[in-house]
Amino acid sequence: MEEESNVTSSPSTPVQRLRHRKRSSTEVLDGDKVSASPLLVNDRNKYKSFMVRTYSTLWMIAGFVMVVYMGHLYITAMVLVIQIFMAKELFNLLRKAPEDKCLPGIKQLNWHFFFTAMLFVYGRILSQRLANTVTADQFLYRLVSGLIKYHMAICYFLYIIGFMWFILTLKKKMYKYQFGQYAWTHMILIVVFTQSSFTVANIFEGIFWFLLPASLIIINDIFAYIFGFFFGRTPLIKLSPKKTWEGFIGASVTTIISAFVLANVLGRFPWLTCPRQDLSTGWLQCDADPLFKPEPFTLPAWIPGWFPWKEMEVLPVQWHALCLGLFASIIAPFGGFFASGFKRAFKIKDFGDSIPGHGGITDRMDCQMVMAVFAYIYLQSFIVSQSVSVDKILDQILTNLSFEEQQALFTRLGQMIGNS
Amino acid sequence: MHKENTGDAPSAHTPRVRHHRKRNTDVVAGAGKPNGSHLLVNDSSKYKSFLVRAYSTVWMIGGFALIVYLGHLYITAMVVVIQIFMARELFNLLRKAHEDKQLPGFRLLNWHFFFTAMLFVYGRILSQRLVNTVTPDKVLYRLVTSLIKYHMAICYSLYISGFVWFILTLKKKMYKYQFSQYAWTHMILIVVFTQSSFTVANIFEGIFWFLLPASLIVINDIFAYICGFFFGRTPLIKLSPKKTWEGFIGASITTMISAFLLADIMGRFLWLTCPREDLSTGWLQCDPGPLFKQETHALPGWISNWLPWKEIYVLPVQWHALCLGLFASIIAPFGGFFASGFKRAFKVKDFGDSIPGHGGITDRMDCQMVMAVFAYIYHQSFVVPESLSVDKLLDQIITNLTLEEQQALFMKLGQVLQEKVIGS
Repeated sequence: MEEESNVTSSPSTPVQRLRHRKRSSTEVLDGDKVSASPLLVNDRNKYKSFMVRTYSTLWMIAGFVMVVYMGHLYITAMVLVIQIFMAKELFNLLRKAPEDKCLPGIKQLNWHFFFTAMLFVYGRILSQRLANTVTADQFLYRLVSGLIKYHMAICYFLYIIGFMWFILTLKKKMYKYQFGQYAWTHMILIVVFTQSSFTVANIFEGIFWFLLPASLIIINDIFAYIFGFFFGRTPLIKLSPKKTWEGFIGASVTTIISAFVLANVLGRFPWLTCPRQDLSTGWLQCDADPLFKPEPFTLPAWIPGWFPWKEMEVLPVQWHALCLGLFASIIAPFGGFFASGFKRAFKIKDFGDSIPGHGGITDRMDCQMVMAVFAYIYLQSFIVSQSVSVDKILDQILTNLSFEEQQALFTRLGQMIGNS
Repeated sequence: MHKENTGDAPSAHTPRVRHHRKRNTDVVAGAGKPNGSHLLVNDSSKYKSFLVRAYSTVWMIGGFALIVYLGHLYITAMVVVIQIFMARELFNLLRKAHEDKQLPGFRLLNWHFFFTAMLFVYGRILSQRLVNTVTPDKVLYRLVTSLIKYHMAICYSLYISGFVWFILTLKKKMYKYQFSQYAWTHMILIVVFTQSSFTVANIFEGIFWFLLPASLIVINDIFAYICGFFFGRTPLIKLSPKKTWEGFIGASITTMISAFLLADIMGRFLWLTCPREDLSTGWLQCDPGPLFKQETHALPGWISNWLPWKEIYVLPVQWHALCLGLFASIIAPFGGFFASGFKRAFKVKDFGDSIPGHGGITDRMDCQMVMAVFAYIYHQSFVVPESLSVDKLLDQIITNLTLEEQQALFMKLGQVLQEKVIGS
């Protein structure tokens, strides 16, 4: 979805690379006409940069595949590490060194809020699974249940301590900077933790629901780059002059098709489709969800006669994958536009420089964040509810509640549905 | 907790410091020594301002009592109205008129996000009660349960359309202003809606859990003012030069004692202690629960020797009220300090001017906001912990099962429970 300048970057980089145009002024001179110079099609050094980008992309994808193979807990650890680096990048972004020297402890305050947010968000998402992991040990179970019960109070208490610490360290003439940093910290933590907690929630519903959205974003980026490389002519949006409509549309079509195909491929592995109910790391067994059972599908009559197959085996999940692909190609790129606009607004080139040739982690993750949130909400609204059955809920009621609670639930349910 | 030398109600915090000191230079000049010039004790025209403030305070308390009498739904409406005004004040605060002219539709974007946040937050808090209100009617019930089921998806779509709208309206050379406004909008909405949704959740658990924390903040303010008026000498914090330690400590003690007493008085009214399970407005009947039943405590020997009573009757909720009082006097004032520091940082005198003589609504609500969040979390963690999992499962039942499935579940559960009763 982008045509990139002629510097070392991988295809999964959205607009951020734009900045590099300033760095490599020599290449700009090589361009023919001034108006056509941003487009990659006219750039002669593009083949060299293409090789460099492909190389780094392959390394990232390989590392990713290995972590997926190792399992849910390792993927979660990877997500956590990524978000720690992302938060560090973003914390440092709008920090000003001279003010910081007068304010000892401001970094610690940021990390205090980071730790509180992590405890709050992961506590909520993983509490049920943590409880399931420690059921064997009576003492641990009671400890964990107690922690879960008072989880909100503990996190609030930690937050209030940070709040009071902030107020007590307000220094004359530094008020505006400190309040700005405080607000910035909150925005960062909200952005980073919402999407990473949703990512982790998706992982535990089944690696499929993490792998498919992430792959679609990568495919979208790669094919937008490729289509722009060969066919890009019409600029897409003023915010990102290197993106073109040809790249956008080509990538959209490819993404939706690959969503359909990829869902079929990924849906055949229980390792990817089974939800994990606790925090173990071993092999997974589960009853295949009806979503992943193949169903015969007759092609509609308007498909031309030369098409070899009249019937296909379709996993119902492939239709959901089409929706995910549609979102990944049309809406998720706005995450990239947002990051682009943000960097122009604050006149920064990249969010960081952790990944050589790519910029920072946030540059990699901007579209992924928007996609992860959508995937979680889609999953919770349209998919999880279908797999919840009367028997499953009855099971939960009988195992999780005490007898009095079961009776209370029974009474309230009766009132709700209108029986006496 | 502060001394003031102009017409303000006692519930006004340090924000008054800012502009009144500058407005009434003659008053400051009239004070004695430079060190003590800030303190109200030395201020000669303080009696006049005291009357003006008391007058407005009485009016506000009167209006408040009327609404409490009217009931849960009206209090919620009052909270919603207050938060609309607060959001408007805060939206306008850091807006620059010059840039705004070039960005048509930007204000509309703010209100779009406001509406989305309201739908999201109140939808979550009130979903169970909405379901209970439409129980008799099958069609409405199905409609409401499906709205609840897709509630998160609806709010997310609204948010994403706002996000896309924001990006498509980014204008060259205005990027920084627009991004700052976007971040500012998010911060405002988070601050305003977290505390107001928690307030509404408290209201429906029982007006007691809204009235007591709010009253404690008001009492704390009033007595900080009074104690500072008569005894204030030592400044408390650089952020708010008019606050003193005497005011702070006097107010803390008074707040805790009144927490204990108020809980006793309020706990006797069913109207205040019963939770409301639906969105009706009529009279409430309920079993108040063990918290509001009197227990007898025998006074220890050394007290009962010189007091006429041998035992006291205490509602268990009074001990919880002590914790609320402690928080209201020690921690909640930091909300006021925060607002104070914020206004100094951005060189604003007041958040607005809706309330004559007081500034804006946010000036009134700064400590209330911190207290409301604490009251909600305290209530959920320490007062009513048991029914949480029941609520969660009921939520799942509402959102995930159709009406027929719910009825099937009801019958199966009934059978299982009957077997248990017979078998035990």
